[in-house]
Amino acid sequence: MHWSRYRLRLCVCICLVISAPISGSSGPKQLTIFSDAASFSLPVREQGGREYVDLMEILRRFGRTDTRSDHDRWRVTLNNLTVEFKNGKTRFKVGKSDADLSAPFYLENGMGYVTVDSLTTLLPLFLQTQVTLHQNSRRLFVGNPAVHFTAQTSGTALVLNFSSAVNPSISTEPGKLRMSFSREPLVAPGTERLSFDSKVIPSAVYSEENGTAAITVNGSAPLFARFSNDGRTINISPAPQGAAQAASTPTINQGNAPAAPPQAPAPASSPIPFVPVFAVIDPAHGGDDQGEQLSPQLAEKDVTLAIATRIRQELQARGMTAVLLRSSDITLAADQRASAANRSQATVYIAVHAVSLGSGVRVYTSLLPASGDSRGPFLDWQTAQSGYRTFSQAAAESVAAEVSRRQMKSRTLVAPLQPLNNLEMASVAVELAPRSTIADLNSPNYQQTLAESVAAGLAAAHDRLRKP
Amino acid sequence: MIPRHLIFGTAAMLVIALAAGMYAWHLRRQIAHQQIQTDVSHPASPAPQGPMEQVTLWVAEDDPGTLRARAATIPMPSGRQERAEELMRALLNVYTQESSPHPIVPTAEVRTVFLVDPGLAVIDLNRAFAEGHRSGILVEELTIASMVQTITANIPGTTRVKFLIDGKSQPTLAGHADLSITYDVSAIQQLASVLQNTP
Ligand SMILES: [Zn+2]
Repeated sequence: MHWSRYRLRLCVCICLVISAPISGSSGPKQLTIFSDAASFSLPVREQGGREYVDLMEILRRFGRTDTRSDHDRWRVTLNNLTVEFKNGKTRFKVGKSDADLSAPFYLENGMGYVTVDSLTTLLPLFLQTQVTLHQNSRRLFVGNPAVHFTAQTSGTALVLNFSSAVNPSISTEPGKLRMSFSREPLVAPGTERLSFDSKVIPSAVYSEENGTAAITVNGSAPLFARFSNDGRTINISPAPQGAAQAASTPTINQGNAPAAPPQAPAPASSPIPFVPVFAVIDPAHGGDDQGEQLSPQLAEKDVTLAIATRIRQELQARGMTAVLLRSSDITLAADQRASAANRSQATVYIAVHAVSLGSGVRVYTSLLPASGDSRGPFLDWQTAQSGYRTFSQAAAESVAAEVSRRQMKSRTLVAPLQPLNNLEMASVAVELAPRSTIADLNSPNYQQTLAESVAAGLAAAHDRLRKP
Repeated sequence: MIPRHLIFGTAAMLVIALAAGMYAWHLRRQIAHQQIQTDVSHPASPAPQGPMEQVTLWVAEDDPGTLRARAATIPMPSGRQERAEELMRALLNVYTQESSPHPIVPTAEVRTVFLVDPGLAVIDLNRAFAEGHRSGILVEELTIASMVQTITANIPGTTRVKFLIDGKSQPTLAGHADLSITYDVSAIQQLASVLQNTP
């Protein structure tokens, strides 16, 4: 077991470096907010050609928040300040006075949305501190959080020193190594393009896009990154010859799938830190197993993959590491799913099913079998989940609450569903039913709402899913 | 000093005794296995007649996804196993009707119910039951819970239930409900109490 866990850690570390091709900050639009206390990302919606965010989702990170809605009015209180908005209006009330937003506030399903640039007006009112917005890249700084860096060459290597520890995700393509900083309030050096007097690494470029800052290092050979100094130094050098190839069968996929063949080899003893996985997402069925044939054109296995991918994006946007058990149309047995999930040592496992029966979202935890059903070494396997049921229930209730908050039906139940019994972590399955017709399950809007509610539920339960 | 021939003799007898014991054990297992195979390898005979009796059927309703206890009056034979089979047929009758609250294909059949002491009921369904069953976590779980609850409500002493398809253990009913396990009746009772609430 220890050996397997070690091997998986290694797989995850290596995957981070070698399996993700450079793709920029793809995925849905997001806003990242940096503050001294925490950094987080949240999805951005387009409405009337403007970029909107869920205001409550932001404010609740800064203290106890209370909201009330009454027809077209929406009131929110934080730090003893109450602000009242009206659906479709720019004018809002702060205490007894009025002020204006740059674009109308809007109310949907009981949630209040404001434009990203309105936050520079609203947040200083609530938080009594300055707020800076990098509008084009949607990065917002509350107070003065900043991570600075310097870059200099040393022999054939480039040494980057940061003012505090960083943990970027790293992707490569021939001649380029890109470090993406989604959680760190990294700020630009004096100039965005840095040139070095080195034939191996002639330049590096700082950029910002979709809530994320990036440093792209250009090299004449495959490049390789090592962390040291407790994450405050990254040393980039040409990849060593004859180093270990990619892990043999990493079933888990962190990138935009399917995992690309290795671009630059990394040594098995690479000191890149292990990145703990928060959620392992299992798009149910796949390959020969179609799941339910939802309509003549729509198989459950395709819907589960589409929604699972969105859930991963939504979790990542909330600062959570999430991996998919499959990212293409492959057949996986229940035991394979359980083994891969257990090896990941994730905090929570979530299986995604889709169904035509009923509406809304049903959230399931395991129904354990009769004791004495299994014999010998299989006893533990069939009841592996028994020690984690409290955590699983916490996850299920949190997801159901977020579904209800979005005005959809939710229900929590137990179910005899493989591989829930075999998992050594908080584990739930969601069964996603249409809002009203089967076509809903294929609608990007509905899929996105489902994914947001599941991700928000898991993220909200984050601290209740493991023993402290 | 023990004579050599005595040592050899004792050793030989021990080996023979051990081998005979193992063979007897093997035979017993084989006989038990054959009995189960015979019992589940052909469909149950037509329903035996018996006096009319009031029983409780736990009926699944897809809309809104609930389980309800319904009283029904059906002819019930005297044997425990035959009673269990009759109950399953009565339940399946509800599901295969045109206005079924939880439709199951008309070709679905309960081949036999086999009661094994202490407390195990083995329900053997035909292949059409599984192949024609709709796929989904709730829809499959409703079928399982309804059958387990109906057996336990009317056959006292049942503590565990195992499902077979055409005499064999299968991974799932229709892609979701786990048929590889033996169901704990008390776990299903807890589930049934939740399923009685309209969502
Ligand atoms: Zn499914």
